[in-house]
Amino acid sequence: MKEKFRKILLLGSGALKIGEAGEFDYSGSQALKALKEEGIETVLINPNIATVQTSEEIADKIYFLPVTPYFVEKIIEKEKPDGVMLSFGGQTALNCGIELFKTGVFEKYSVKILGTPVEAVIETEDRELFANKLKSIDVKTIDSFAVNSVEDAVVSAAKLGYPVIIRSGFTLGGQGSGFCSDEKELAEQATKAFSHTNQILIEKSLKGWKEIEYEVVRDKYDNCITVCNMENFDPLGIHTGESIVVAPSQTLSNHEYHKLREIAIKIIRSIGIVGECNVQYALDTHSDDYRVIEVNARLSRSSALASKATGYPLAFVAAKLAFGYGLYELKNSVTKNTSACFEPALDYIVCKIPRWDLGKFKGVSKQIGSSMKSVGEVMAIGRNFEEAIQKGLRMIGQGMHGFVGNRELEIADASTLENELKNPTDSRIFAIEEAFASGMDIDKIHALTNIDKWFLFKLRNVHELSVKLSEFSDIKELPDGFLLELKKNGFSDFQISKILCANSGKDVTEYSLEIRNYRKTKNILPCVKQIDTLAAEYPAPTNYLYVTYNGSENDVLPEEGKKITVLGSGAYCIGSSVEFDWCSVNALNTIRKNGYKGIMINYNPETVSTDYDSCDRLYFEELSYERVMDILEYENPDGVIVSTGGQIPNILAPRLHKAGVRILGTSAVSIDNAEDRHKFSSLLDKLGVDQPKWKELTSMEEIKQFVSSTGYPVLVRPSYVLSGAAMNIVSNDTELEQFLKLASKVSKKYPVVVSEFIENAKELEIDAVAKDGEIMAYAISEHIEFAGVHSGDATIVFPAQKLYIETIRRIKKISRQISGELKISGPFNIQFLAKDNDIKVIECNLRASRSFPFVSKVLKTNFIEIAAEIMIGMEVQKPVKSIFDLDYVGIKAPQFSFSRLQKADPVLGVEMASTGEVGCLGEDYYEAILKAMLSVGYKIPENNILLSTGPARSTIELLNSARMLSENGYNLFATADTHNFLNANGIESTLLHLPGDNKSPNVLDYIQNRIVELVVNIPMSLSKDALDSDYKIRRAAVDFNVPLITNSRLASAFIYAFCRKEPVSIKSWQEF
Amino acid sequence: MPVENNIKLVLHNGLVIKGKSFGHPSSTSGEVVFNTAMTGYPESLTDPSYKGQILILTYPLVGNYGVPSDETENDLLLNFESERIHVSGLIISDYSFHMSHWKAGKSLSQWLNENNVPAIYGVDTRMLTKVIREYGTMQGKIVYENKEPEHYNIEVAHPVREVSCKEVLTYGSGKHKIALVDCGVKYNIIRRLLKRDTTVVRVPWDYDFNKLDYDGLFISNGPGDPKMCTDTINNLTKAIKNDKPVFGICLGNQLLCLASGGDTYKLKYGHRSHNQPVIKSGSEKCYITSQNHGYAVDSRSLGNDWSVFFTNLNDNTNEGLIHKKKMIFSTQFHPEASSGPTDTDFLFDMFIDNIKKHKKG
Repeated sequence: MKEKFRKILLLGSGALKIGEAGEFDYSGSQALKALKEEGIETVLINPNIATVQTSEEIADKIYFLPVTPYFVEKIIEKEKPDGVMLSFGGQTALNCGIELFKTGVFEKYSVKILGTPVEAVIETEDRELFANKLKSIDVKTIDSFAVNSVEDAVVSAAKLGYPVIIRSGFTLGGQGSGFCSDEKELAEQATKAFSHTNQILIEKSLKGWKEIEYEVVRDKYDNCITVCNMENFDPLGIHTGESIVVAPSQTLSNHEYHKLREIAIKIIRSIGIVGECNVQYALDTHSDDYRVIEVNARLSRSSALASKATGYPLAFVAAKLAFGYGLYELKNSVTKNTSACFEPALDYIVCKIPRWDLGKFKGVSKQIGSSMKSVGEVMAIGRNFEEAIQKGLRMIGQGMHGFVGNRELEIADASTLENELKNPTDSRIFAIEEAFASGMDIDKIHALTNIDKWFLFKLRNVHELSVKLSEFSDIKELPDGFLLELKKNGFSDFQISKILCANSGKDVTEYSLEIRNYRKTKNILPCVKQIDTLAAEYPAPTNYLYVTYNGSENDVLPEEGKKITVLGSGAYCIGSSVEFDWCSVNALNTIRKNGYKGIMINYNPETVSTDYDSCDRLYFEELSYERVMDILEYENPDGVIVSTGGQIPNILAPRLHKAGVRILGTSAVSIDNAEDRHKFSSLLDKLGVDQPKWKELTSMEEIKQFVSSTGYPVLVRPSYVLSGAAMNIVSNDTELEQFLKLASKVSKKYPVVVSEFIENAKELEIDAVAKDGEIMAYAISEHIEFAGVHSGDATIVFPAQKLYIETIRRIKKISRQISGELKISGPFNIQFLAKDNDIKVIECNLRASRSFPFVSKVLKTNFIEIAAEIMIGMEVQKPVKSIFDLDYVGIKAPQFSFSRLQKADPVLGVEMASTGEVGCLGEDYYEAILKAMLSVGYKIPENNILLSTGPARSTIELLNSARMLSENGYNLFATADTHNFLNANGIESTLLHLPGDNKSPNVLDYIQNRIVELVVNIPMSLSKDALDSDYKIRRAAVDFNVPLITNSRLASAFIYAFCRKEPVSIKSWQEF
Repeated sequence: MPVENNIKLVLHNGLVIKGKSFGHPSSTSGEVVFNTAMTGYPESLTDPSYKGQILILTYPLVGNYGVPSDETENDLLLNFESERIHVSGLIISDYSFHMSHWKAGKSLSQWLNENNVPAIYGVDTRMLTKVIREYGTMQGKIVYENKEPEHYNIEVAHPVREVSCKEVLTYGSGKHKIALVDCGVKYNIIRRLLKRDTTVVRVPWDYDFNKLDYDGLFISNGPGDPKMCTDTINNLTKAIKNDKPVFGICLGNQLLCLASGGDTYKLKYGHRSHNQPVIKSGSEKCYITSQNHGYAVDSRSLGNDWSVFFTNLNDNTNEGLIHKKKMIFSTQFHPEASSGPTDTDFLFDMFIDNIKKHKKG
């Protein structure tokens, strides 16, 4: 310990969003761990209640409050910390810190900033200052001009010559940046960018160069190391967050590798960073030439990836260096006895692949480019590229089996294929396989994609193996050497089965089991290898493991003693995110506290569960049946927990059970009974529990017949193979026809599920833990929005504030019945619809749900701890606390990332669209609402509000809110119908014309010029026509960074909350 | 590219590992060592310090960027560390049959063939590395089609004699005249010196450089046991009696130690990597260094006039010597890098500054 600190404040990154995701939970947790080791009291501000870092054993005091200057200052005033850390909470924390620094808040309260000086960070964030700085140390940057207006942008671009790229300073994940090939595109994009920032950079485009990154560390003695370098598979032009990335670099010679390393060190020294930074380069593919693209003077997504790729805990070390430690004073936490002052030597390759979820958004462009759209990522480890990439492509979890053996892309002809290769979308890698299959040569593919030929040659190896394999139809015909070669090249049993079974009519899954057994008789088995940071140079007691076929010896023996395997949650995607990481980590903590060794299997580098400190053994591996069985057969644990990692392990349960694996907690049979729609339905019928009418239908006639009995609207859910047709609400015959045209393949094999859609119903949830069917702990929460908004996008109140006691009693009763019938032992969640005291069950999951961390933290009762104790057979007491004991309210609010998803309609529907969430506590409902809304980026408007309130019902619903706004001195602006309604009710408003009307004053002008500060736009209905009419209003609000609300119930709650003008309490979690 | 399976590695401890051949179809023998660097195989393979050794690369993917062209600068091959491959054999895990790099002139396989060096891929190199780590460096052989190789034992042979130049060679025409004792010098040492306004007179390992009129003396890296270089040690003993600046690297560090009366010993499995951390004595300054050595200086054996210059942060072994009064120093690591990190290039400046100071008197 070099400097004495008493109490340190750490800023978190808030809700997960595109460009700022779980990686900051990992870095923040590591930093807090480092602080704890020093015996320093820690205060954490992070409204993201589902994170691991916001757990009591990690930080001493936790504030679920917005990471904004106002709130941070209030907390500083109250807590009086003597130090603050800004570089562990992504761009959110850094921007907030810079603001507080500039306004003198840190100085005022004598708070010292640990680590890199803020002046240095500001210098790296201002692109022009930074370019000049690099010039002064002879480091090349991309030619660019910083401009403050669209006009200047046009002039500068003309000087540079098109194509150019625009970038805006102070944003995360390349937001507001893009390629412009002509003046028109430039003017359009620059206008948008200026709504987020005052300065943009016009840069010469180096599209096609290689993109390389280095993670650099420096201590206060000026000692520097580069922990990892990474090479993007995709060339420059595709954001590094959108690119497949390998570590270490594969196509760089020693000269290139060390030249860029040397420059990275030169840069970190000249900036004066103490801690960690990331340097991104463009490297010419035909000469020694290079450019620095950007430097991130903070922990980043790349640094989290580098930590996982190498085993070097960057955030932990960066925190230690911030106290003033020298690198040489720290130990390598993997080997435990060599120095932390070193550069990891890898003896494997890692491959990071982004996970997109673009199918969930209406209207979004699927092209990938210079700004980030992916919502998560996976990391695959192998001892050759083929093995790593094939593993990785399976891990992304979108129904792909590797590089080959997948369903065909819908690519119509050669020119479409060329276009796909040239203008990449989220499925570009699979287009490369199509290109091989169509006979396109490497040179042509390279010319179209600019992907280094080395990667293409490796991919072609996989393609060629699959062609050779397709000449066989029986596994027993394969020469042993060939089968081994397939496995060494990352082919899964399922993939082999799929290729062998092509056109044979055999069941691919069944046959894959035959292959597995056959393979075992031939002793073709993978081996377990350690990640030890030193490529086996020194013995390392490391528990960080992966599985490979490119090896002949296991590095470790099976774990000794009583042990349990916990299956993790895989890639973050819409619907499965940090909440399941919290659940997994808590399951591990609980079993480890109770004398079991915890073995984790997961492959998401952005998580805490894949921190080898979280468990006794970490298998950074696939959560496929094959790989999980490989590990279970090797380790032979006493049981497996499948209920804390979300849907991926949950659906694996029946197959694992069938293979004789001991599933802890609720039986696999029960899981299947809840997962299988038909079985669950008959169970509800048996219990006399109501549910919305639904039917699985295989023809148009059947569908029409069903609709004639229920009436519109109905919810239509096609089988996933019918791409292009997502789940939708259909309100009339025309829409149904339209929708089913997309789903033209409706058949016995690919049925659609049609269900009755109940309008204006309340949606309620119970999160609970049961033991042998008896509920031990439960939490009932209520959605603010009416049913129709996906539960993951809903704003949730806990404890439910506005339910009849009768409703609560019935929910408890139904839950008890279901729990008893399914003999649940562990966590579960049931969702209900309530209308006029009529209660229907809409969903039941026999696993932890998204809201487990939220309800656990609000109730201060750890549901996962109870669940895990039950699963390992411990006696548990029912918590004595009841929801009636809580004199505060929790609100969970969704975070959307629509500004990243160009052209997507930012409206809420039955498909989930949010990328993250926050959970805030308040003295009452409205205070909690206000804190939560401010935490997900809403601002309290000062003067002008636009109302466009849609259908009669919501217009009436919002009348009181409008009156309140008016009474509070707000100027209201409204579109025609709303304007007339408000007029009729004596509320003054200014009429704004609709975008299509081409009349002024036009609503678009008021948004684009940011005259209105809040847009409330409620769609008439969720039908396509209704959505289309107001799409431009909503999209403009998102593009021009004006807060938007599209749900009337949420809008009224928010408006009431800020109109009350009551002071907001600044209380830590512990103080509630 | 023909792939043949009839090749194996046989270790002194009896371990036999089969693999596939991608180099010259022949057998060889030598001391089996491993290197954990992730890049730089053209540089490593031509490093004369590997004379008589069979090299295992722990990084599994090799050959990715091919082998660069034969351009020269100042009569030295620009992209290599000597005129030829010095390793006796190469063992890797995954060979890239297709290379991709704008500088690539030929494939690694082709180059190994031209240099008559056998090579094996498809081997669990991590497992092998652990064997060497636990057992220590040992003799081994690559056997191709059951043809017994000639026995080569680095501890018996005199590898320095084999790799050193046979005559005096002069490079450059700079102000400062450097006598460079070639015990197996890497070209980048000469390049780094030539960048600093020097004339480099490269002399054979056993040449009596004391008869030359030089401004500074440089003792190079090289293979094998330093104690075999008795001629060099004797010449050095004389040289360090005068006050001229001396700089030694790797074997040069060990020879300087022996010449000053100290002792050296063989490490269990040496240091061969790009990531060795060293700390400068009496400071907080650390550097990441490139290393390739099997022997080390025993710091405890140093005479009173000498100090430890650098120490390895991982295992506390000696990483350099410095004379307390004279301008003589040496490092166990490779400040010239190539391959590896370039952090300690400033030591060449220090050497030249010493020469300047000495000239001023």
